[in-house]
Amino acid sequence: MDISADLVINAIVAGLLLGGFYAAVTAGVSISFGMLGIVNIAHPAFIILGSYIVYFVNINLGVDPIVVSIVALPVFYALGALVYQVYYLSFEKRGQESLRGLAFFFGLLFVTEVSLILVFGVDYRYVKAAYIGPSIHIGLIDMPLRMLVPCVTALTLFGAIELFVTRSFLGRAIMAVSQDQLALELMAADPIRVKRVAFGLSIATASIAGALLVIIQPIEPSVGRDYIGRVFAICVLGGLGSMPGTLIAAMLLGVIENLTSTFYGPSWAPAVAFGFLLLTLAFRPAGLFGR
Amino acid sequence: MGVVKFSTAAIGVGLLVLAFAHWLKLDYFYFAGYTILQFIVLATAWNILGGYCGYVNFGSAAFFALGAYSTVFLHKLYPLPIPVLIVIGAVVSGMVGLGMGYLTLRLRGAFFAIATLALAVVLQTLVVNWEYVGGSRGAYIVSSDTIDIAGIQINYIEYLFVLMLALAVIALATARTIERSQLGFGFAAIRDDELAAETSGVPTLRLKLIATALSGAFMGMAGAPFPYYISYLQPASAFGLEYTVNSIAMPMIGGTTSWIGPLVGAVLLGTLQQYATVTISSAVNLLIVGLMLVGFVIVAPNGLVGLVQERLCARRGS
Repeated sequence: MDISADLVINAIVAGLLLGGFYAAVTAGVSISFGMLGIVNIAHPAFIILGSYIVYFVNINLGVDPIVVSIVALPVFYALGALVYQVYYLSFEKRGQESLRGLAFFFGLLFVTEVSLILVFGVDYRYVKAAYIGPSIHIGLIDMPLRMLVPCVTALTLFGAIELFVTRSFLGRAIMAVSQDQLALELMAADPIRVKRVAFGLSIATASIAGALLVIIQPIEPSVGRDYIGRVFAICVLGGLGSMPGTLIAAMLLGVIENLTSTFYGPSWAPAVAFGFLLLTLAFRPAGLFGR
Repeated sequence: MGVVKFSTAAIGVGLLVLAFAHWLKLDYFYFAGYTILQFIVLATAWNILGGYCGYVNFGSAAFFALGAYSTVFLHKLYPLPIPVLIVIGAVVSGMVGLGMGYLTLRLRGAFFAIATLALAVVLQTLVVNWEYVGGSRGAYIVSSDTIDIAGIQINYIEYLFVLMLALAVIALATARTIERSQLGFGFAAIRDDELAAETSGVPTLRLKLIATALSGAFMGMAGAPFPYYISYLQPASAFGLEYTVNSIAMPMIGGTTSWIGPLVGAVLLGTLQQYATVTISSAVNLLIVGLMLVGFVIVAPNGLVGLVQERLCARRGS
């Protein structure tokens, strides 16, 4: 195959844009799995749910996808808090999170997917917005706005979470709970409340990630499954709970996946994330930037 | 009851089922029965790792498909009798299970679960890109209507049914034997407290690898005859999420600590699904399975077997 420089450069740029989006998808799992140790494999299902809500409002009322997702934030936060409460009472409190807790999240993932199939069917759905279609050209580089807008939104979201976690009082409480729950209890703080807030926050990010997903690609209910491997690969590779690490790992995976699909065909791309995950687990389980 | 006694009893029950099927003379019974028996094997296999050791495997569909695609591959290469294909499917799936386990089982349980989830996606990618076994278009496996065994003509579906029945008996007998052996006590120690088990001298990694390989091998066995049953195998049907969700839901709903649980769950859910698929729709029936799974893990953590045991204990106490 004739490998030209502009093809490679464009694949890398597109990969970086895709990586930015992956960072938004992973942000929630980075909080729930990385900081709280809750293996929420249903996270992609919440993202798809967000995508469908955005799709529904966008098609019927013509509201911009990202605006819809921001309006839906409190709903997703409440949903997350509710799910955590059930999870805590049924599994964490009884010390059964490893087997039954996992099965619970798997059940949620499955029920969400099947419900969406029953309501919307398995046809691909897409949204309408002014920035879907045109692209900017800078020299050799070609940047579709369909990818650029999600990437910028994702980076903003990511920055906001990082600021919240490191600067605000509540954010620091979340960090504290991830480091030493017992110590927090001894300080007379309620770790369960902190965890509920953090989990609510993690599900809230799924609303925005869902809007970005439906901007980038047409969706159908089972699309979320492809993201499970990706999300956890990024999360582990970046080092659990490390937000900057997660961002770098997301960009890295985006670029490598895009190079793979440019040179070997898009049907091979899903295997990349898994290869990454297995290699990381086998050789450096703490992740590239883990403590 | 000893191992020999139990196996004899299980074979006896199997023969009774067979005699009933033969007396019924209904092809539909064989088709429906095959699916339920296949789920008994899958649920029992999942439970060896999940219920006994406490490690969740989300890759049942992947191991099942490995068995099925081994058959497709060999069918194109050189036609072999199905029992041989079952053994080969077991070896392939068992080896993959061993490799996966070796890479991820030394870490926290969650990593193993995540890796198995991703395994299904990657194996499906491989199969879709592999033209020899049909790629994304799928592969036709045409078999004759009848098969000649020792001079007797048997209906093909009846033959498949008998094979799956034998597999179910073997899987259940194996699970029960493990439960009562030193191996089973080691598994239970890992499930209850891995650190304590390790410090008491239980070779945890080795036991976990044995469980993963065994569990994967049985799933591969369940998958090996599948192409002959379905006669047109597509990646989407071999890697179907319903295998994963059912092989988790059935032991969880039945009860994970003994061999009876997966059996009860598989017969119950399997029959229910056969009924619901015919009368309602297959999407609704999957929704029912998902909701039952979520409901049971929250409300009845020890499954139906646990509920019955509690009831019995309460009656004895009063």
